[in-house]
Amino acid sequence: MGKPRVAIFDFACCEGCQLQIVNLEEEILDLLTVIDPVEWREASSDHSDTYDVAVVEGSITRPEDEDRLKEIRRRAKVLVALGACAATGGLNKLKNRFEMYEVRQCVYGLDASMPHLATQPAKALHQVVKVDVNVHGCPISREEFARVVRCLARGTMPVTPNYPVCVECKMRETVCRYEYNEVCLGVITRGGCNAPCPAGGQWCYGCRGLVDEPNVNAARDVLTKYGRTVEELQSRMELFNNQEGQPCPRQ
Amino acid sequence: MPKTVNINVHHVTRIEGHGNIRVQASDGKVQKVEWQVPEAPRFFEAMLRGRSWQEVQTVVCRICGICSFAHSLASVQATENALGVEVSEQTDRLRILAFGGEQLESHVLHVGYLVTPDLLGVNSVIPLANSHPAVVMAVVRAHRLGNEWMELLGGRRTHPVSFRPGGFGKLPTEGELRDLKGRLEKVVPDLTLIAETVASLADKLPPFERPTEYVALVEPGVYTFYHGMIGSTDTPDRLPIGRFEEVANEYVSPQSTAKWARWHRPSYAVGALARFKLNHANLHPLAAKTARLLGLEPACCNPYTNSLAQVVEAVEVVEAGIEQIDDLLSRGIQNEAPRKVRPKAGTGVGAVEAPRGTLFHKYTYNDHGVCTAANVCIPTNQNHANIQKDFEALLPKVLDRSEAEIRLLLEMLVRAYDPCVSCSTH
Repeated sequence: MGKPRVAIFDFACCEGCQLQIVNLEEEILDLLTVIDPVEWREASSDHSDTYDVAVVEGSITRPEDEDRLKEIRRRAKVLVALGACAATGGLNKLKNRFEMYEVRQCVYGLDASMPHLATQPAKALHQVVKVDVNVHGCPISREEFARVVRCLARGTMPVTPNYPVCVECKMRETVCRYEYNEVCLGVITRGGCNAPCPAGGQWCYGCRGLVDEPNVNAARDVLTKYGRTVEELQSRMELFNNQEGQPCPRQ
Repeated sequence: MPKTVNINVHHVTRIEGHGNIRVQASDGKVQKVEWQVPEAPRFFEAMLRGRSWQEVQTVVCRICGICSFAHSLASVQATENALGVEVSEQTDRLRILAFGGEQLESHVLHVGYLVTPDLLGVNSVIPLANSHPAVVMAVVRAHRLGNEWMELLGGRRTHPVSFRPGGFGKLPTEGELRDLKGRLEKVVPDLTLIAETVASLADKLPPFERPTEYVALVEPGVYTFYHGMIGSTDTPDRLPIGRFEEVANEYVSPQSTAKWARWHRPSYAVGALARFKLNHANLHPLAAKTARLLGLEPACCNPYTNSLAQVVEAVEVVEAGIEQIDDLLSRGIQNEAPRKVRPKAGTGVGAVEAPRGTLFHKYTYNDHGVCTAANVCIPTNQNHANIQKDFEALLPKVLDRSEAEIRLLLEMLVRAYDPCVSCSTH
C-alpha cells in the first residue's frame, strides 16, 4: 500500500489546530515518511483534486461552505474533523444562542443586510456529512494528531479517548481547581489533552466535549463537597458545550 | 501591446485564512483589481454578550490561533481597565516577557515557512528541508523555542490559560526563568544564520515603494509591544489607546467580510515595518545590527520588506527577553495570587502590538461583571485597505509581465503583510 494522500482544509475557525501540526516541529518530517501531503493551503501552494484522507478544521456557517464540505467528503475515503469547531461546533455555537440577523446587526451595524455577510447557525461537520474520526480540543493535542495520522497510515482506526480530564490531573498530580474555589468541568469532559489548563492555573472549560457517558453522580458529589451548584457547572458549559444553541438567558 | 490579463486566485496559499485575488486587464488598462476577503465571520463581538468577565479572555483568544497571546493580553488589559484593576509590576513584566515568545514564534514561522519558499522558487518549506537543511533546522529550533517560551509563561502554546484579569493563574519558577534565559542566549546564532540567509535573498524582494501612513504603539525609550500610545508616521500627535475608534474608522467593504480601516489617508498599515519605522531608535544593539545587515532603513516604504522587519524583531524580543529575565530574577519571583477583582459596571480598552500589528479590544461590563458590548479591532483589518491600495499602485507598473509573474507578485505582496484573515473577520 502506498502512502495515503492527505489534504487539509478549513472553514470557520482560527486555524490554531493547523498551527498545532506545524508545532510538531521536526516530527513533521517523520510523519512525511508515512503520508503524502497533497494540499495544505495554509502551509503550501501545492494543490490536488484527489486525496485519500481529508483533514478538516472549522465549523460550517454558510450554505456555500456546506456544498464545499460535501465535495470534500465525496473525494475522501476518510474524513477527519480537526478540533472543537469541526468536531462539536465548539465556541462557534455561542452564536446560535442569538437570532442570526441580530448578530449581523451587532457586528456590522447598518451594513448588516449586505448579502456577503449572511450566516446561519454554526454546525459541526457531522451535522452536514459523515465524519470518520474526531480529533477533539481547542486547540487539538498535537501528540494525539500525530497518533491519529500514524493509525490512518497503518490502515487502522484511531481510538478516541473516552475518560474524564480528572484522570489526567491525577496522573500529573495537579491540585484540583475546586480547591481554589473554582468550578471546573474536568469531571465530565473528555480527556486526552493531558489536562494542560488546570496545570496552567485555569479550570477546564470543556473544549473536548463531554465523555460519552459522563458520571453525573460523581460530578454532583464533587459540587456538593465544595458547596457549588449544578447551575454554576451548566453556566461554564455554555462556552464549548452549547450544543443546540439554547437562547441566552442573560439577554 | 495587446494583451489580456485575467487572474483569479481563489484562496491565496501560505497565509492564515481565506483571501482571493481578482485581476482583469486588457491592452495595458486595468479593469479590475481586487483583494477580496470571503472568510466566514464568526461574530465574536455578538458572542461575547452575556459572558462573565472571568470567561472573556478564554473566548477571545480563540479569535486567532496564530496570535492568541496577543488577544489574551489585550483582553486582560481591557477587562482590568473596565473593572479598575491594577496589576503588580511583576505581572506586567511577566506578560511582556511572555509576549516576546509569540513574536519570535510567529515571525519565524512567517519568514521561514511562508515567505522563504517564494524567494527560493518552491511551493512550501518541505523541499527546503533537503536543499537548505542547516537554515531550515535553525528555523525549526527558533520556532520551537518561541513555542516553549510561550508554554512556560502562558501554560500552553496556543490559547493560553495562565493569563487572568488581575495576574497569573500559574507563575514560572526562578529556575524555569534561568533555564529560559540560557536557551534564549543559545538561539542567537540560529537567528543570525536566519538573518544572514534572508539578507542573501533580500534582492529577490520586489523593489516596490508606495508611501502610506504607518501606525503602531509608541512608548518613550522602548521598542514596545505591550504598552504605549497610538503613533503614526503622518502626525506627531499621539493618541491614548482609548481613542482607537477615531484611528481605525472601520467600515464595511462589499469585497470583504472583514471590516476595513482608514485614518489620515484612504488606508494605513500596521505590523513589523510600521513598528520599525516608528520605534527603530529603541531597538537593542543586536537587533539594530540585524537591521543594518538586512539593509532595512526607517525611510523604507516597500511593503515586501515587512518580512525583513520581522527578522529584526525576532532578534529584538530575544535580547529584550534576556534583559527582562535578568530584571525579574534580580527582584525574585513573588508567589502572588491574581489581584482580587470586584465586578462593576464600566468600559475598558486594551491594546497590544500583535505580531501583525496593533490590536485593540474594548468591552463594556454591567454591575455583575457581565459583558454587554464588545469591539475588537484586528491588525489585519487595518491592513486590508492598504493591501488593496498597494495592488492598485503595483499592477499598472507590472502589466507587461507574464500572468504568472503578476500573480506571484500579488500573492507575495499579500503574504508580506502576514495577514491573519480569519482573525480579521472574526
